[in-house]
Amino acid sequence: MKVLAAVGRATLALLSTVGAVVLFALGALASGLTGRLYWRQLGRQMLEMGYFSLPVVGLTAVFTGMVLALQSYTGFSRFEAQNAIPTIVVLSMTRELGPVLAGLMVAGRVGASIAAELGTMRVTEQIDALTTLATDPLRYLVFPRLLAGTLMLPALVLVADVIGVMGGYLVSVYKLGFGPIEYVNRSFEFLETQDVVSGLVKAAVFGFLLTLMGCYHGYRSRGGAQGVGAATTRAVVSASILILIANYFVTELFFAR
Amino acid sequence: MPRTPTIPTLAERPAAVPTPPAKIAIRGLVKSFGTKKVLRGLDLDVAEGRSLVVIGGSGTGKSVLIKCVLGIVTPDAGSIRVDGEELVGASRSTLDEARKKFGMLFQGAALFDSLPVWENVAFGLLARRLVDRKTARERAIATLAKVGLGPEAADLYPAELSGGMQKRVGLARAIAAEPEILFFDEPTTGLDPIMADVINELIRRLVSELGATALSITHDMASVRKIADRVAMLYDGKIIWEGPVEQLDDSGNPYVDQFVHGRAHGPIKVGVERIG
Repeated sequence: MKVLAAVGRATLALLSTVGAVVLFALGALASGLTGRLYWRQLGRQMLEMGYFSLPVVGLTAVFTGMVLALQSYTGFSRFEAQNAIPTIVVLSMTRELGPVLAGLMVAGRVGASIAAELGTMRVTEQIDALTTLATDPLRYLVFPRLLAGTLMLPALVLVADVIGVMGGYLVSVYKLGFGPIEYVNRSFEFLETQDVVSGLVKAAVFGFLLTLMGCYHGYRSRGGAQGVGAATTRAVVSASILILIANYFVTELFFAR
Repeated sequence: MPRTPTIPTLAERPAAVPTPPAKIAIRGLVKSFGTKKVLRGLDLDVAEGRSLVVIGGSGTGKSVLIKCVLGIVTPDAGSIRVDGEELVGASRSTLDEARKKFGMLFQGAALFDSLPVWENVAFGLLARRLVDRKTARERAIATLAKVGLGPEAADLYPAELSGGMQKRVGLARAIAAEPEILFFDEPTTGLDPIMADVINELIRRLVSELGATALSITHDMASVRKIADRVAMLYDGKIIWEGPVEQLDDSGNPYVDQFVHGRAHGPIKVGVERIG
């Protein structure tokens, strides 16, 4: 019986958290979509999430592309299939690794900073102060962040795709002896619009999820510095897990027939 | 948990001075957090144009009281009327309308640290689109002057200010939109005695200049004597004494006496209690 009670408690806790997150997201969307948009906030967040994430996303992408080319070469040369390397690199980058790795990196960078910032604003009563100044915190703080994440992550992933393919190109051409033109041609030979688009849709979903986790945990944090720290951890962990779960379902939506 | 004292809820008002109509009228306010009952049927009136200070020990629910009036905390039961309009259970638009009459100075100033001082001060004006950014900046600088800060402070960020200056900026933000009602949450906490007195004098002057109604909470008796017209004592979730500040020293109420004179021994027992 004790086991059942524990399972029941955990299930109830999970369900109530899911419910709270969904209500929080709906509340933020409702107040963001019905009232004025804070352009200044949106611009600042887009700059912070998009532009300032470029180095970390770019570095991740270039080394991922490089290692992809190298790994596929050592594996595929065993059965004389080296010619598939450009296709493997470009498809893996656009469909999977671009969005997932960019999502995870940005979750660590941006999700954490959102949770820490909103968490500090909560414990220092800045969020209450917004309310008393007749400003809806969901509209002012949360909605611009959600929107910026949803818009900027696809842009970052597009850049990551290009840089990742570049990484594969560098290793293939300068280390593995591919012809440069041949490599580029082969990269585009089997690439379809859907491959890129599915990756960008994933990126938008991940961007929404990771900013939502940052906002939710930061907004609800309590208990001073320790509470803010805990909120930051929860934001990054939950965003990463949600990204990996959502990745499967978006893939299924696009490619399962 | 101390037992509920057997003392009348509201002290008798002096009949001599006619009191103006209540700007804020609170009746039967109840709020619990989990199993802890913080407010247990609190009644309080704040007369228009007067300054009422609620005193009480730490953790007695003073902040909760003020946050209920501001609509940041939703009470479990009771009624809060501002200018006769019910705020408990009111729609968001009604609450937002009422909040336009409010100005609030938070305990830690609660300045937005991503914005420079002038944007903090003008935040309410900009949020309600009362003025454009240029005018807002001018208004902010004028308001800063009222709290004794020069225009050079306008472009600093809150993190660059001392505690006393942050309080002044918080005060400027509270009065920038010329509210009808001002709330002060422990306005002197964390300040040295001189700076505390400066802030008290500012509060006194600004409230009378604006002709505003003020509701403050504090446990700093020097502050009480400086800024209060009337004083109410919160104990065990209720107002156990209320009267003009002149009567504070001979209230005839043992709880008030103990608090005012800061004695460890008396009817109020200090124990360890979990909050929240």
